[in-house]
Amino acid sequence: MGLALATAAVVLVVLLWELARPTLKRWLLRAHELWLARRRAGAPVGYDPGRERRAEQRARALLRSCVTERDWAMYRDLGFLRVWGGLGDRGRGASAAYAYLIYPHKPIVAYVPQTGELLNEYCVAFPDHSKPYGSSRLPDSDDVLAKWMALTADERRLVGEANMHLPGRQVDPDRVRRDIVRLRRWEQELSAGPSAPDAPASRRASWGGWDPDNIRTA
Amino acid sequence: MKLLRMKPGHGEIVLAEGDIAVPEQEQELIEAFRRELDAGMWAAVPTQAPSGRREAELVKSFGEVPRDAERVIFFPRAAGGTLPAAR
Repeated sequence: MGLALATAAVVLVVLLWELARPTLKRWLLRAHELWLARRRAGAPVGYDPGRERRAEQRARALLRSCVTERDWAMYRDLGFLRVWGGLGDRGRGASAAYAYLIYPHKPIVAYVPQTGELLNEYCVAFPDHSKPYGSSRLPDSDDVLAKWMALTADERRLVGEANMHLPGRQVDPDRVRRDIVRLRRWEQELSAGPSAPDAPASRRASWGGWDPDNIRTA
Repeated sequence: MKLLRMKPGHGEIVLAEGDIAVPEQEQELIEAFRRELDAGMWAAVPTQAPSGRREAELVKSFGEVPRDAERVIFFPRAAGGTLPAAR
């Protein structure tokens, strides 16, 4: 009797296992997929926000050491740099026929300073194919510095390497126009104040300024 | 003189540092310089004019680097287009 019960129990367990196995297999597979999806949706492999922030801080220090104090203040307060065009017959400087706005990881925008008319967008990137941390993107301020160095050193070459488009292809023209107005206002404030580049943060805020501590990570 | 390289996820790194008046150190700088150019980097020397204006100079060989330059910055060569967002 005992043997018969034991045998029946074993058969029952095996039957239950055989019945449950496909469901269990599907459940395990689904759980594994969910885990993978959650992992993919989270931080990318190798992405470390702290490291990116430190990288951006280093990049900002390097940019600051290369440009004038005024240009640094412009980038710090407004989030972009203006570089005068040098290929026109008026030379480089405030009387230049055109100028560029350099944004991090966005196309360079050429415009006419006197009228604010937008001329072109120059799409250019500096991809590091070695991807040391899984990304080929330089920190924001390094991207700006690379564009600044390439433009001031060999404008024709950089423009030749870039893809040229009409305004509005990637950068919102209204935003650029607003930025040009902000730049004019900023420069007026700057020329009005005695120690302009180091103007207090409260004043910078009134320009719609950029909080230097609120660093965007790439 | 310092040779710096921009690096994603890190900011700049010091590739080599030395006094170009010392032949051994100059040789190390030259070798590091060549390695970066061979890797497809652009090299720029930040400069400052007597008027205070700042700009950069792209150099294609170590011989083009001004002897009094404090640093050379290497960065990936320009390519048309913009990169997608990292995240």
